[in-house]
Amino acid sequence: MLRLERRPQPSRVWVWATPVLAVCLTMIAGGILFAILGKDPVAAIRMIFWDPLFSQQFAAFSRPQLLVKAGPLILIAVGLAIGFRAGIWNIGAEGQYIIGALCAAAVALAFFPSGPADVRLFGTVLFSFDAAPSRWWLFPLTIVAGAAGGFLWAMIPAILKTRFNTNEILVSLLLVYVAEKLLAAASVGWLRNPQGAGFPGSRNLSQFPAVANPEILPGTGMHWGVAIAFVAVIFGYVLLHRHMLGFHVQLAGQAPRAARFAGVAPARLVVFCLGISGLLAGLAGMFEVTGPARMITIDFNVGYGFTAIIVAFLGRLHPVGIVLAGLLMALTYIGGELAQFMLGLPSAAIQVFQGMLLFFLLALDMLSNYRIRLAYREAA
Amino acid sequence: MMDLSSINPVVLVAALMVAATPILLAAIGELVVEKAGVLNLGVEGMMITGAVTGFAFAVTSGNPYLGMVAAATGGALLALIFALLTQYLMANQVATGLALTLFGLGFSALLGQGYSGVSPPRTPRLDFGWLAEIPVLGPIVFRHDPLVYVSIIIVAAVWWFLRYSRAGRILRAVGENHDAAHALGYRVRMVRVAAIAFGGACAGLGGAYLSLIRVPQWTEGMTAGAGWIALALVVFASWRPWRALLGAYLFGGIVTLQLTLQAAGWRIPVEYLAMAPYLVTIVVLVVISSGRARRTLAAPGSLGRPFHAAG
Repeated sequence: MLRLERRPQPSRVWVWATPVLAVCLTMIAGGILFAILGKDPVAAIRMIFWDPLFSQQFAAFSRPQLLVKAGPLILIAVGLAIGFRAGIWNIGAEGQYIIGALCAAAVALAFFPSGPADVRLFGTVLFSFDAAPSRWWLFPLTIVAGAAGGFLWAMIPAILKTRFNTNEILVSLLLVYVAEKLLAAASVGWLRNPQGAGFPGSRNLSQFPAVANPEILPGTGMHWGVAIAFVAVIFGYVLLHRHMLGFHVQLAGQAPRAARFAGVAPARLVVFCLGISGLLAGLAGMFEVTGPARMITIDFNVGYGFTAIIVAFLGRLHPVGIVLAGLLMALTYIGGELAQFMLGLPSAAIQVFQGMLLFFLLALDMLSNYRIRLAYREAA
Repeated sequence: MMDLSSINPVVLVAALMVAATPILLAAIGELVVEKAGVLNLGVEGMMITGAVTGFAFAVTSGNPYLGMVAAATGGALLALIFALLTQYLMANQVATGLALTLFGLGFSALLGQGYSGVSPPRTPRLDFGWLAEIPVLGPIVFRHDPLVYVSIIIVAAVWWFLRYSRAGRILRAVGENHDAAHALGYRVRMVRVAAIAFGGACAGLGGAYLSLIRVPQWTEGMTAGAGWIALALVVFASWRPWRALLGAYLFGGIVTLQLTLQAAGWRIPVEYLAMAPYLVTIVVLVVISSGRARRTLAAPGSLGRPFHAAG
């Protein structure tokens, strides 16, 4: 019989070896899945992991996409990782991402240069703006709006948790559906393009240079959101590993009782962790709507907020690990799309692939926390 | 202009039972899981997997009941992955539950390709003869499909099991204090694995109810948070089966009322009305978790804590 023996401390080697092993196992399991779907497994895996970066045919288009997709994933995952370490589970980042984008778009569209713009709610004009394009403060204002939107949306589960002891997992998740309905309402209602012939969707923000978030370096996919994501990574590293607050976060996660004796206020920590992750998710939404997505549409959100959960775990809740994990997950998105076009691989197959990755990771984590021993029958 | 007189209360009550059944099934399963001390956040994933496997089997075989059996099996199989990870490989329950949901959503979308737009075989209503003709009572009590009654029977059975059977007491002991239960010689893991599988089967059945009877059609992501609402329902019910039934029917009432108001042409846009189920769930969670109600919550003592028998 095999017996598990808890390690006094997680093995440092295994902590970083498990993600690599998990990726390898997922490739094998994914290959089997693709074979069942009637696709050549080797070609499919190669198309997902190799071709977007190195094939002459696709790399020119795919490589910049890597940063475009990794940016929001990393930005959101860094925030989530801080909370996860403290045992505070914000799983509604998708909702905070949507609300951040909506708030940013609302601010940007209020200043859209096409005559006075009205901000409406339920058909009544709340206030009216005169168009004032190309003001330097407009882009920062949009950023603040996005961050504030995500932050405030995350404050709902935070305050309900601290005031009423309500489970933050359920509330933050349920708010994702509310946010999705708000998004739908916005794209057919109060943010709809008045010149869009009645089609759902807002105006194209890329046509509004004062708020647009284009590529900083052409051909790299680098936009302001990616830059901010790397700033967030550094911030996250300093916070978690070089700052007292980070120590409190880890303490609260690993030994809640000890944390209380050490003077960590649980309520403040909940507000901080949910707030920071909501803020970063809102920022991600802001940079997405003004950048790659260009506008608010009903299907604006594509699940970054959920994939970021996988990214956070795959990156071992460590900011540097999250960068690598974010790039890898971005690669599966891009490679998945490529395989969809070239091999007819169903788009859902990539979702399954990402889900399997998390399964393997969680399963293999046992190796970092436990030693496997052969059990001997003990004398009675 | 809204015409409230077009709303028939009898039809409303009959409809709310149909609306409540999927989350009731999922919730009663999760209730047993949580009573055994395990928090499985993968209800949404198991439900949607059940919805698609049930649909696929029912369409292929032409028999809706076969589909329901397949749905329960599919949900239970997915739940066993969770059991393996959390009970034997000691993975974090919250993370594994999330993984189950993410995986289930993708997996169901993959399986469900080619089934969208297809009509499933009809599930006939149970025939109660003259009973169904009784005014008011007939349409409410005697004109449903079999699964509505099955869900109520499951609630009753779970209540009896947890309260009066020996196995049910062992399960509760495992959930309240797994170390004590282990010391008494009960097999904590086995009990939990069985509970998790049961929870998965119920969630799968709830999903099949959506795709085979309530909607009835397969669309990607069709559970739309029903699994999460079921999780909230368990908290609302304070882990008591009959309160889960009450909560599910109250919730079904809100959903039905919201749909009726939509149909009656209320002036609030559809998108805002559609938020109601989620907002109501949050409000209920707040009320139930705060203040005086909190002390009577009675969450199982070992809920969500990993069990590792030392030595």
